[in-house]
Amino acid sequence: MAEWSESTEPDAIGVDTGTSAEVNAWFVREVLPLEGALLQFLRRHRRNESDLADLRQEIYARVYEAAQKQIPRLAKPFVFRTAHNLLVDHIRHEQIIPIDAVANLDTLDIVMDQPLADRVVIAREELHRLQTALNQLPRRCKQAVMLRKIEGLSLNEIALRMGVTESTVEQHLTKSLRTLAGVLYGKPARPWRKK
Amino acid sequence: MSEAQAIAKPHAEDVEARAAAWVIARRDRRGWSDEKQSELELWLAQSPTHMVAYLRLDAAWHRADWLGVLRRPARDETAPRSRNLSALFRVSAAVVAVAALSIGAYLALSMPQEQTYATPLGAHETITLADGSQVELNTNTVLRTKFSAHSRVAWLDRGEAYFQISHDSGRSFMVMAGERRVTVLGTKFLVRREPSHFELAVMEGRVRFDAANGKHTRSALMKAGDVAIDTPAGVYMPKLSARSLNNELGWRHGVLVFDNTTLADAVSEFNRYNSSKLVVADDATAQLTIGGTFQTDNIVAFVRVVQEGLGVHAESRGGVVVISQR
Repeated sequence: MAEWSESTEPDAIGVDTGTSAEVNAWFVREVLPLEGALLQFLRRHRRNESDLADLRQEIYARVYEAAQKQIPRLAKPFVFRTAHNLLVDHIRHEQIIPIDAVANLDTLDIVMDQPLADRVVIAREELHRLQTALNQLPRRCKQAVMLRKIEGLSLNEIALRMGVTESTVEQHLTKSLRTLAGVLYGKPARPWRKK
Repeated sequence: MSEAQAIAKPHAEDVEARAAAWVIARRDRRGWSDEKQSELELWLAQSPTHMVAYLRLDAAWHRADWLGVLRRPARDETAPRSRNLSALFRVSAAVVAVAALSIGAYLALSMPQEQTYATPLGAHETITLADGSQVELNTNTVLRTKFSAHSRVAWLDRGEAYFQISHDSGRSFMVMAGERRVTVLGTKFLVRREPSHFELAVMEGRVRFDAANGKHTRSALMKAGDVAIDTPAGVYMPKLSARSLNNELGWRHGVLVFDNTTLADAVSEFNRYNSSKLVVADDATAQLTIGGTFQTDNIVAFVRVVQEGLGVHAESRGGVVVISQR
């Protein structure tokens, strides 16, 4: 029996191999929507914007590895605890202890108790967000994405339309995808209210 | 974590660039081969970092499919589209206005071929789509399709259709019904759309079901035997037996199959197929249940059976047959 969930992603890598498919679906459904809040948490405790992507990816990898052994019952506390531990690791490693660096889990709870607006994807917001994302793309990238996603044209048709090679179209789409993902996940659906 | 590990770890940037290229190659390039698939799986297996980057970007690319609703609505007069505009499409209409400014003129250029299929009251027709998929349209149904080299989309404007979709791993098949979306690669399923009742039943394979119910978008991955019913009161997923699932498809053979069905439901089923309507006069009668198999167009037989079997009274009054307690 299927169960309701927000934004399940079947066929994520095109293979349906029991548990790994389950972990993949769980990751997409439960973890990715936390990205906006997670980045905000990381920003609060790191001054350096440039290693945010690395931190995020390392947290995801740790969470994913853990889930392969057993899928955590509650994703949110688990992700934030992992983030917290990773920050502690990094700080120990760097031998620098900024005053506000290690948030204790009590203050974490404040973040965690916020209504997770981005768990509820509102169609209107989704379209606006996609629109916002599109507008951040360079002109040619934007054109390629629109032809692909709105018009449903093939890479070959897009190449002809834009007067470039298929491989250039692929590069445009590849570049666009990374920006789109950043906008889609990176920003909470609504601004977090300061406590 | 040791220092060596930290140094050896590739930057997220590089992994992400690689993952993005994989997503585009897999999702958008023509001719994805088994060889490529194993190459991808190998890369994914190398590190959870690869896997999470891939999952994240793949899901984002999938979400971007929502942009498809900005596709210009079809210009056909037969479909009662404007009246059926769902909240989602009304929202998107506003976005279209914004988008139109930036999209510019190239939208006006050639569009993929669109087809409209419709059946009158009481009819039942099987059509073969451009990709070889078969669709059986039940009574009073309007279906539009639009195919391009990389997408297959059908809009069920109203009515009921049974889909047997040809498998095409490069082109998913999407059925849009108002605020709901059914996505499959190749499988058999039933979609029924009425003003206040939507039903999806999966006979074979797996489908993804997205419903923008009011302001929430919810998704479910459904497999053979699963049923989703969406009414103004909410969405529920009853567990139906294989037999009752099969009964749902009785219309394909020109019959309605009732099994412990309330008279109210049975009558509204009959009314879907016939211009002369049945009416149940009171609640007590409406709650009586009946079973049996009936020709969709044989109202007379149905009325006779309920009269005899349930001991109710039937009377023709001003063009409708009224069924009431004796």
